[in-house]
Amino acid sequence: MKKSAILFTLLTLGAMASGAIEGDVEKQPLNVSAIVMFLIFVGATLIITYWASKRTKTAKDFYTAGGGITGLQNGTAIAGDYMSAASFLGISGLVFMKGYDGLIYSIGFLVGWPIILFLVAERLRNLGKYTFADVASFRLQQTPIRTLAAIGSIITVILYLIAQMVGAGKLIQLLFGLDYEYAVVLVGLLMIAYVVFGGMLATTWVQIIKAVLLLSGASFMALAVMAHYDFSFTKLFQTAVDIHSKGDAIMAPGGLVSDPISAISLGIALMLGTAGLPHILMRFFTVNDAKEARKSVFYATGFIGYFYILTFIIGFGAIVMLLSNPEYLDKTGMIIGGENMAAIHLSKAVGGNFFLGFISAVAFATILAVVSGLTLAGASAISHDLYASVWKKGQVDEAQEMKISKMATIGLGIIAIILGIAFEKQNIAFMVGLAFAIAASANFPILFLSMF
Amino acid sequence: MTQEMINEIKNNPNYKALTSKRSSLAWTLSIIMCAIYYAFILVIAFDPTLLGAKLSDGITSVGIPVGIFIIISSFILTGIYVNKANTEFDELNNNLKKDIEKSMKKGA
Repeated sequence: MKKSAILFTLLTLGAMASGAIEGDVEKQPLNVSAIVMFLIFVGATLIITYWASKRTKTAKDFYTAGGGITGLQNGTAIAGDYMSAASFLGISGLVFMKGYDGLIYSIGFLVGWPIILFLVAERLRNLGKYTFADVASFRLQQTPIRTLAAIGSIITVILYLIAQMVGAGKLIQLLFGLDYEYAVVLVGLLMIAYVVFGGMLATTWVQIIKAVLLLSGASFMALAVMAHYDFSFTKLFQTAVDIHSKGDAIMAPGGLVSDPISAISLGIALMLGTAGLPHILMRFFTVNDAKEARKSVFYATGFIGYFYILTFIIGFGAIVMLLSNPEYLDKTGMIIGGENMAAIHLSKAVGGNFFLGFISAVAFATILAVVSGLTLAGASAISHDLYASVWKKGQVDEAQEMKISKMATIGLGIIAIILGIAFEKQNIAFMVGLAFAIAASANFPILFLSMF
Repeated sequence: MTQEMINEIKNNPNYKALTSKRSSLAWTLSIIMCAIYYAFILVIAFDPTLLGAKLSDGITSVGIPVGIFIIISSFILTGIYVNKANTEFDELNNNLKKDIEKSMKKGA
């Protein structure tokens, strides 16, 4: 009973995290303004990667951007890692479908952060060097625990990466009208380029730019919705209740979290899962000292909280502005492309084709940034933990370790492309659930044991 | 780091103050955060209609300000910790470092 409740929770969680990628996706007509804006983004990030490659010389540069990232920058990048395409499209889509239940998920994703700050971030920053396995092997026996921690990281990373790749392929099909295989290969190649040439510095800046674009775009959408209703939540909610097929039920908790056991296990999974994700933990090593690490969590919590309030308004905005407009509905009165397209359609409703292009490009940029962070975390587990520390017992020169990590990046990129294409028709929600389950049940306990 | 130095640090009053203050603040704030969140989750699990009750405008439900309150409180709790840690705790830490440096010089 308990087990099935937890499994159920992880599956719903996976469904959330995987976002706009369920079921068959209809290829859309070529979207020119989105492609132009996406090309501008890619151009800018490649310039940054070139700039970062000039500054990435040592292993410390590669893994942690030389430790020179400020608290605000790192906080923005952490928020960027967290605000994936899935949480933007998935949560606003959930609010659009079910109303208040969407907010319950947002809150679950957010409250893990303060706990990470209070109990984990500082110790991690003080004890570790590049990866969270560093912290684990500080107190426990080096070889076995580092192997375990590294393998935990790699499995989490690969599962998460495949889910993101499949999501990217489907999303690009939807948004840009590009073929699935092309989309997956494109994402894979760009991600390899960012990480191999620019390391953590490029990955961090790609993440920062994307976070700023996403926050500005979402702010604009929420403001436009509120302006439409004279900045009165009463008017917005009243209209939504009148239009929505569920009526007044959208204002209260519904069936999403029904029995007490799944409610509680959801809370635990969300909290501990966050604290075990290797690509997020790795960010604490990019700052100069514990002071900046603390500040980065403060900024990240602020940005993520603000973002979730925006997605709630966007979800309600989609209810009132899309359900009343036949342009966005199919013959049966359902929204075109499924509920995960709610935010995308709303961008067109409030800002026309130009803004639709902008939000589509941001959604794609979001996936690129998240997969780069994941790949870097996986590559450092291979090169720093398995190769340099376990296999060579620390007797390795830096240049060799860097070479291994770049090879590992390319390897992971190719694996992600191949599995991304192979898993096109698979239920990836399950894989994200699995990744979160491993993060919460393998990585987190290791971390906990080594710190308390 | 020598054993002598470790003992020196452990016996320093600044070190004791730092570790006890920091861990008590960290655990207190963690417990407050968990209490707020799990209270919310338990209400959803056992009596969801409580959050569906209407505010005075007749449409907004109690759950919405409660949700916003949780989001804001997590931000405020992190703010309290960061503020304390980056001023008071860092000062204790610096005092501790100075003390140790001084006594190490004396010993040498």
